Amino acid sequence: MTSFMPPADRHWWKVPVGRQELIWIAIALVWCIIMFLMMPLWHVYGKQNLSTEAYQTTPAKFGAKVEEMIAKYKVGEEAGIPVVAPPAGSDIYMLGRLWQWYPVLKLKKNQEYRLHLSSMDWQHGFSLQPININLQVVPGYDMVLKITPDKSGTYSVICNEYCGIGHHTMVGKIYVEDK
Amino acid sequence: MSEFRVCPDSGFYFHKSAESLMKVNAVTGIVALLLAGILAIGVVLTRWQEVHLLAADKFYMVLTGHGINALIFWIIFFEMAVLHFASSTLLRCRMATPRWAWAGYFLMLIGAVMNNVAVFSGQSSVMMTSYVPMQAEPHFYLGLILFAVGALIQVFVFFGTLVIAQQEKTYQGSVPLVTFGAITAAIIAVFTIASGAIILIPTFLWSVGYVSHIDAEMYRVIWWGMGHSSQQINVAAHVSIWYLIAGVLFGARPMSEKVSRFAFLLYIFFLQLASAHHILVDPGISSEWKIFNTSYAMYLAVLASMIHGLTVPGSIEVAQRSKGYTKGLFEWLRKAPWGNPIFSAMFISLVTFGFIGGITGVVMGTEQINLIIHNTIYVPAHFHATVVTGTTLTFMAVTYLLIPVLFRRQMFLPWVAKMQPYVFGGGMTILILFMLGAGTLGVARRHWDMDFAGAAMAFEYPAIAYTLMAVGAIGGVLAIVGGAMFLVVAVGSLLFGKKLEPSAGILESFVGKPLHASVYNVSKPEVLQMAAPLKEEAHTKGGFEAPGTFGLAMLLLVTFVVYYFINWKYLASVWPLG
Repeated sequence: MTSFMPPADRHWWKVPVGRQELIWIAIALVWCIIMFLMMPLWHVYGKQNLSTEAYQTTPAKFGAKVEEMIAKYKVGEEAGIPVVAPPAGSDIYMLGRLWQWYPVLKLKKNQEYRLHLSSMDWQHGFSLQPININLQVVPGYDMVLKITPDKSGTYSVICNEYCGIGHHTMVGKIYVEDK
Repeated sequence: MSEFRVCPDSGFYFHKSAESLMKVNAVTGIVALLLAGILAIGVVLTRWQEVHLLAADKFYMVLTGHGINALIFWIIFFEMAVLHFASSTLLRCRMATPRWAWAGYFLMLIGAVMNNVAVFSGQSSVMMTSYVPMQAEPHFYLGLILFAVGALIQVFVFFGTLVIAQQEKTYQGSVPLVTFGAITAAIIAVFTIASGAIILIPTFLWSVGYVSHIDAEMYRVIWWGMGHSSQQINVAAHVSIWYLIAGVLFGARPMSEKVSRFAFLLYIFFLQLASAHHILVDPGISSEWKIFNTSYAMYLAVLASMIHGLTVPGSIEVAQRSKGYTKGLFEWLRKAPWGNPIFSAMFISLVTFGFIGGITGVVMGTEQINLIIHNTIYVPAHFHATVVTGTTLTFMAVTYLLIPVLFRRQMFLPWVAKMQPYVFGGGMTILILFMLGAGTLGVARRHWDMDFAGAAMAFEYPAIAYTLMAVGAIGGVLAIVGGAMFLVVAVGSLLFGKKLEPSAGILESFVGKPLHASVYNVSKPEVLQMAAPLKEEAHTKGGFEAPGTFGLAMLLLVTFVVYYFINWKYLASVWPLG
């Protein structure tokens, strides 16, 4: 009679399916296809799509680029970490390491930047608060994404990939200023 | 030689060797659950910021141990018992090569102990995922490898048992649906374990110095081939048990063998081998790859779960209606045995898995939406709804069935068992819902301190995030109490439960039949017959067989659609990215 006995009909795959199940399967399948279509549609009409531009790198190479940017555009220092204000449209860099986000970036509202992210050591999680954008930062990979901060204010970058005992102290900053 | 006994109440046959292996795997799993539960206290009370119990190093060690013991050791040991039950017991056949099964069991045990030793030495606090290049001690990885090899051996014993059943013709027709579901779980287990071997063996060699470098991104892609696929083993296993319990308690038969089996098959074909969900915000992976591999264009694994979501309660509704509970849409459900923990645990599992676990999983597995969810505490909230209120609660349900049937013990403190699914399921649901909320506010997972004490630069979460985490933690404490209640009943029954004598009557309140003695006096079980054919009128009924369930399914769909688009709306509010 039951689910733990062999089917009543030896040719169970020939038994017609009830109307209720067919209707539900049809509705569910349509919904599944809609959910699939939302992803490519968002690439066309949505504004939040992660770039897939990335390069293999090494901590030394990536670190050198970071220092180069700092040397050119440093405008100050905060808690011992350089604050840089690179020009709009430029390549900007942030690295994660035990246990800091480096350097602090000062950006202009509604300008597009090419943000490079990488790790010097273990994996880190770039988590921009309070707007809650989250990216995986992986050593050996230079991830490039175009960002356009559309609201001014002070943003914090916390780490949300576990990276050891000082994980919770890994807090960085991005300032977004009106023009 | 008489190697079988028949349980006079359930009618299940137990082969002596298979029975021992079911018992030992299930008990070992429960010990791992006990350990995971004790560690959960440390996790919950530390993330409750006002309590903040443990120091950072202890917290990360405890969190690593909690994850591995709960998600790997408890669940997989128990699944081995489920596989032996679904083969030897359900097909009424002897077990293939019990010695190999024992060897597999001991390898798993050695591996589990070795891994725990590594974790509790404090030098392997790398979390369950052990992302490289953070390194654990070699025996951390070796323990996992031995455990996986042992599990693989037991899975092959399961396949061997199926072959024996077929060759010795111990059943007629096709294997039962529950066994079919267990077969899908076992097939998924094989290539899951293969993925695990491909990445963990080189990682082990790296930890002892034979391999110089493991690419961090490659590790993530392959590790999740194991990490996510293994969750599909759990789903296939616990859905099988839902069908089993519906059959045992209600005499329910699958609404359609074809539909239910087809849904199980979809798990195998569309379960995201590469487990793209976990690398949606990783560097250098193309959007086409992510979109295709999260959905295979049609989300057919999701479709499979939506099908089971209709057919499991639907089969119960049909069975209840045939017993006369036909008033309105929901009399069948109101009159269900809510005081029977086998049923209440199973049904709470079904609802929370579908409404919370399923929906949140699909939402955060959407390519772009993952940007606002990845690595927040939303993620553990989601998987507590799938593997805890889903899998774990289902395994608890079937344990209540197995205590009299397999272990032949009277249930210890049945009134505790009666309340347990509500306390555990309720507490866990509170934990999950409030952690989901905290996650949308950006609270990080695997994070010791919401106050960021000692950070050079300050950041403060909004006050509401603290409230959400505190209420969630209270739910967590409640769930730990519920977990302890389960362990008291399960362990208590095995240690102090009265051994069942003829007509002990223990199942009376739960299953409605008195028990009789069950001794090994059967040398060859009767051949398992095909289920009786349906009466004619059931075939020809034109309307809906299970209208109440259809209503519930539509409620699920509406919830799903609304919640899905709310998340797109939320995504649209963050910085434009490209």
